[in-house]
Amino acid sequence: MHDTVTVEYLRWIVLLPLLGAVLNGVTGAAIQKALGKRAISVIACAPVVLAFGLAVRAFVQLRALAPESRLLLDRLFTWMSVGGLHVDIAFQADPLSAVMVLVVTGVGGLIHIYSIGYMHDEKSYWRYFGFLNLFTFAMLTLVLADNLLLMFVGWEGVGLCSYALIGFWYTDWDKASAGSKAFIVNRVGDFGFMLGTFLLFWILSGLGHPTLAFREIGAQAHLLAGQTFAGMDAVTLITLLMFVGACGKSAQIPLYVWLPDAMAGPTPVSALIHAATMVTAGVYMIGRMNFLYSMAPTTLAVVAFGGALTALFAATIGLAQNDIKRVLAYSTISQLGYMFLAMGVGAYAAGIFHLMTHAFFKACLFLGSGSVIHGMHGEQDMRRMGGLRRWMPYTYWTFLISTVAIAGIPPTSGFFSKDEILWKAFSSAHGGVVLWAMGFTGAGLTAFYMFRQVFMTFHGECRADHHTQEHIHESPAVMTYPLVALAVLALVGGFVGVPAALGGANEFEQWLAPVFGHGHAAAHAGHHVEWSEYLLMGLSVAIAVTGILVARAMYLTKSLSPDSFAELAHGKPYRVVYNKYYVDELYEAVFVNGTLWLTRVAAWFDQHVIDGIVNGAAQVTTMVSWLNGLFDNYVIDGLVNGIATVVNFVGGRVRRLQTGSINAYLYVVVIAVVGVMIARLF
Amino acid sequence: MIGLPHYLVVSLIVFLLGLYCVLTRRNAIGILMGVELILNSANINYIAFARYSSGGYDGQVFAVFVIMLAAAEATIGLAIVLGIYQTFQTIDVEATETLRG
Amino acid sequence: MSEFSFFPLVFYLLAAVTVVSAAGVAFSRNVVYSAFSLMGTLMGAAGLFLLLAADFVAVVQVLIYVGGILVLMLFAVMLTVRIADVRISNRSLGRLPAAVVIAVTGAVMGRAIVGTTWHQTPLNAPVPTTYGIGDAFLSRFVLPFELASMVLLAALIGAVALSRKELKGNGS
Repeated sequence: MHDTVTVEYLRWIVLLPLLGAVLNGVTGAAIQKALGKRAISVIACAPVVLAFGLAVRAFVQLRALAPESRLLLDRLFTWMSVGGLHVDIAFQADPLSAVMVLVVTGVGGLIHIYSIGYMHDEKSYWRYFGFLNLFTFAMLTLVLADNLLLMFVGWEGVGLCSYALIGFWYTDWDKASAGSKAFIVNRVGDFGFMLGTFLLFWILSGLGHPTLAFREIGAQAHLLAGQTFAGMDAVTLITLLMFVGACGKSAQIPLYVWLPDAMAGPTPVSALIHAATMVTAGVYMIGRMNFLYSMAPTTLAVVAFGGALTALFAATIGLAQNDIKRVLAYSTISQLGYMFLAMGVGAYAAGIFHLMTHAFFKACLFLGSGSVIHGMHGEQDMRRMGGLRRWMPYTYWTFLISTVAIAGIPPTSGFFSKDEILWKAFSSAHGGVVLWAMGFTGAGLTAFYMFRQVFMTFHGECRADHHTQEHIHESPAVMTYPLVALAVLALVGGFVGVPAALGGANEFEQWLAPVFGHGHAAAHAGHHVEWSEYLLMGLSVAIAVTGILVARAMYLTKSLSPDSFAELAHGKPYRVVYNKYYVDELYEAVFVNGTLWLTRVAAWFDQHVIDGIVNGAAQVTTMVSWLNGLFDNYVIDGLVNGIATVVNFVGGRVRRLQTGSINAYLYVVVIAVVGVMIARLF
Repeated sequence: MIGLPHYLVVSLIVFLLGLYCVLTRRNAIGILMGVELILNSANINYIAFARYSSGGYDGQVFAVFVIMLAAAEATIGLAIVLGIYQTFQTIDVEATETLRG
Repeated sequence: MSEFSFFPLVFYLLAAVTVVSAAGVAFSRNVVYSAFSLMGTLMGAAGLFLLLAADFVAVVQVLIYVGGILVLMLFAVMLTVRIADVRISNRSLGRLPAAVVIAVTGAVMGRAIVGTTWHQTPLNAPVPTTYGIGDAFLSRFVLPFELASMVLLAALIGAVALSRKELKGNGS
C-alpha cells in the first residue's frame, strides 16, 4: 500500500472543530451574552456536522480507489526536522481511520445536538461547548494523524479535554478531583506510550530509518524482527509499553479506576468521551500498529488475557451497582475488555467492528440515562426509579433496543460484533478455550446486569417520591432525535459485518483488510470446521437469554429475590463486589499514601539535611567572617595604627629640633662650621 | 718683631669674643654686635695678609667690601630687630618662639 | 742709637684696646655698655689698620663703621630699651657649651696660626693706598664693585620697606 492520493480537505475535518473551540472558548462568554445560547450551539455543532460531511466524502473517495491504494494524504507543513527526525503535520485517511472518523464525527455530532437540550440550563454553556469542540479536535487529530508524534498530540489532547469536561462543575470538590484522577491515571499510561515511541524511534533510526510516520514504519517493520533492547525482544518491549498507554486511555486493568469516577461529568460527556471516542483510542492505536503487534506474540497474549480479565472483572462489579451511570461505566470497561481481547487474538477487524457497534449502543444508553436523569430532575439512583416507561416512551424504547444490542441478541449489531470476537477468541492461533470461556461468562453477566438496569428503571412501580413523580417528563426533541438515530444504528449497524457462516460477506472485515492484511494471517491460522462456529453462536445467544430471564425473574416478576443472592456467604462476596473489590482503597493506600509518605520524607530531608547544610554553611561563613574581622581589627588595624604611632613618636622627637630659639639655630650653624673646619684640617 | 702671627692672634681673640657674643647673648642687638666683631676680625686678617704678602692691595679692597656688606647687613638686621620689637614688645630672642615645633 | 722702635709698643697698645673693648662687648651686661665698647673695638681696629699701612681702609672704617653702623646700633638700642624697664635681661644662655665650642675653635685655630710657618715678604714703606684701591675698584674689581652697589641698593630698599610697615602701624 504505497500509493497515496494527495488531498486538501482532510485538514478541515480536524480544523473546523478547532475553529469552533477557539471561537467558543475565547469569545464564548460575550457571544452568549449578546446573541444567546442558540448562537453558541450553532458555532459548536456546525463544525462537527460539516466534519462529518467531509468524512463521508473521504469515505466515498476511498471506496472509489483500488483496495491496495486506499490512502489519502493531506500534508500541511513540516513540523520539525531535527537531526534524523522529520515530522510533518499531515493527516491520512485509510480504511481504518475512515471508520474512526465517521464514528467520531457521526456519533459526536449527535451528542453535540443532544447537549443543546441537556445543558440548556447551564450558565457556562459556552465553556462546555468550547471544550466539547476542543475534544473533538483532539480526537480527530489522534485518529487522522499520519505519524506517532502527531497522534500523541491528539492522545494528550483528549486526556486534557477529558479532565476539563469531567471536572466541568469544578466548584464541587468531588467532581473536580474526579477530573484530576482521570488525568493522573491517564498520565501513567501516557508515560508508557511515550517510552514505547522513544524505543521504536531509537531502534528504527539505529537501523537507518528514522521515521515516525505510520506508513513508513509499516514498510520497515520487518527490520525490527529480532532486534533486542536491554536483553529483551525490542518489538515485544515496544508493544508492551504502548499497551500500557492503551490501558490508561481505554480503562483496562490496572488503570481503569478513573472511569467510574468520571461519571461526575455531564452525561453527554460520558457518552462521547467514555463510551464512543476517547476510550477507544487505545484500541485504535493497537489497530494502527497491528504490524508490530503481530510480531510480538507475548504482547498479544498479555493484551488478550488482560482484555478478557477486564471484561469479566468489570462485569462482576456492574452486577451490584445502583447508580444508573455507574452501571454503564463498568459496562464500558467490560466492553473495552472485549475489544482488547479481539486485538489480542489477532482479530483486529473484529475489535474495530465491536468498537463501532459499541459506540452506537453505548452512546445511546448513556444519552438515554441522561434523558432519565433529566426527566427525574437529577436523580441517579436506580432504587428510586421505576416504571418510567409510562412517562418517557422514546427514552424507554431506544434504551431497550440498545440494551438488547449490548446483550448480544441477534439481529442487533452487538450480536454480530461480540459473537465475532468470541468466535475468534476460540478459534484463533493466539486464542484458546480459556479466553473464550471468560468472554462467554462475561457476556452472560452483561446481559443480566443490563436488563436489571432496564427493569429497575423503566418497569414496575415508581419508587420516587411524590414530588419528583409529578414532574417526570419526556425529554425535548433535540434530545430524543439523537436517541432514535443511535438506536437505529444499534439495530442495523451490524449488517456490514455479517460473517460468512451466516451467509454474509463481512464487508467490514474486507474493508479493513488492506490495513490489517498482515495481522489477519495470524488470525486465520487455526480455521476450524464451520459447525463449531454455529455451536458457539448458539451458546452466546443462550447465555444472553439466560441472563435476561434471570434478571426478569429478580426484578420484574420478583420470583427470585436479589437479596438472597446478596446475603450468600454472609453477604461478603456481595460487599466485595459492591465496593469494587476495594481497588480504589488499595490504590489510595499504596500509591497515594505512598507518594504522600515519600513527600514527607523528602520534606524532612529538605528541612533537616539540606537546610542543615545550608545553615551550617551560613554559620561557617559567619564564623570565618568573625575571624576575618578579628584579623582585620587587630592585625591590619594594628599595623596601620602602629605606623601612625611610630610616625607620631618620631615626629614628636624630631619636632624638638624646632625650638624657635634663634640661639639654638646659631649654635647649630657655628658647630657645623667648626665641625667642617676641623674635619678639613685633619 | 711684630709679624703676621701677632695680627692673626689679635684677630683670633676678637673672633672668639664675637663668637661668644653670638652664642650667648639674649639681646638681639647683642648678637648683631657679635657678628660685627667677627667681621672686624676678618677685616684685620685681610689687611694683615695684604701687608705681609706680595698681593698688592687685594686684601684692602676686600676689606672695603666687607665693610660695605657689613653696613648693609647691619641695616637690614636692625630693621628686623625693630620689627620684632614692634611685634613682641621685646628683643629677647627667647621670646620669639612662635615657630617652636 | 739702639733700634728702639715704638712700633711694637703701639701695636700692643692698640691690640689691647681692641681686645679689651671686645671683651667689654662680650661680657657686659648692659647692652648700652656693649654698644660703646664696640666703638672702642672699632677704633682699635682702625688703629691696627693704620699700623698695617692701610690708611684708606682705616678711614673708611672709622667713617662707616663707627660713624654709620655704630650710630645705627645705638639708635636701635635706644629705641628698644624700655625706659621703665631698667633691668634689661641680658642673661646669657648656656655659657658652658659656648665655652666648649670656643675653646675647641680657639685651640684649633690657634694651633693653626702658631704651627704654620708663614711666608712673610719684607715690608715696604707705607704709601698712600687710595689711588691703588680706587684703581683696583675700577679695573680688577669692577664687577664686585657694581654688585656691591646693587647690594647696597637692595639693602636700602629693604630697610625702607621694613621700616614702612613699622611706621604705619601694626598689620597694615
